[in-house]
Amino acid sequence: MKVGIAGLGGLGSNVAMMLVRSGVDNLVLVDSDIVEGSNLNRQIYFIKHIGMKKTEACSEILKMINPEVRLELCDIRLKKDNVADVFKDCEIICEAFDSAEDKAMLANTVLSEMEDTYLVSGCGISGWDTPNAIVTKHKFGKIYVCGDGISDDTEEMHAPRVIVCAGHQANQILRLIHGMEDEEHE
Amino acid sequence: MKVNGKEIVIEDGITLKTFLESSGYNIERIAVELNRNIVPKETYGNVILNNSDSMEIVSFVGGG
Repeated sequence: MKVGIAGLGGLGSNVAMMLVRSGVDNLVLVDSDIVEGSNLNRQIYFIKHIGMKKTEACSEILKMINPEVRLELCDIRLKKDNVADVFKDCEIICEAFDSAEDKAMLANTVLSEMEDTYLVSGCGISGWDTPNAIVTKHKFGKIYVCGDGISDDTEEMHAPRVIVCAGHQANQILRLIHGMEDEEHE
Repeated sequence: MKVNGKEIVIEDGITLKTFLESSGYNIERIAVELNRNIVPKETYGNVILNNSDSMEIVSFVGGG
């Protein structure tokens, strides 16, 4: 089972780490950013990774967990016209972008161009509200959305809520890998 | 029609784009499934809604 990770920030880097710890050994890692000091409050990187491409830093950490893991590193910015090519052969894609517009672009593209692919998206992880507000919902078709659905990037992001949401996404991806489907929400 | 599981009544002839904008959605931050099909964003202004339709809207917020 091949899983794509779109964005290696607070959500994506933690999801990738949990999937590799859980035995997923074939991932496509996509991010065009480098690690910055301000990332270390919630992302899996270390001081020594500052200035390094996130794809390479993430790969180094994942290989410390499982040296056999197969990783495709894509240091590019995902757009409508390259999504299907970058995530070719991925059965599941984890959406872990920062901007709401990019999240919507990926959802629209995957759901319309990649009919057999599941999308597990993160939505609403900022601020200090209770982590009990973060839930997994099967919205429709092949899209699951994890998060509180409300808190946005006008608030700061901190490790606990971000990692709770990453846990929801990783858990949902593992449920799908194990053939567990949920009823659609509402 | 049904929107996100709730029954509502819409005006005859209203387009999807007008419905979404008048309901407060930011078109650039959503994905829409109408009668089990994803609606391409560039067609929102041409899709006429009917009271027999069933629609799901997923709306995204930033942070990742």
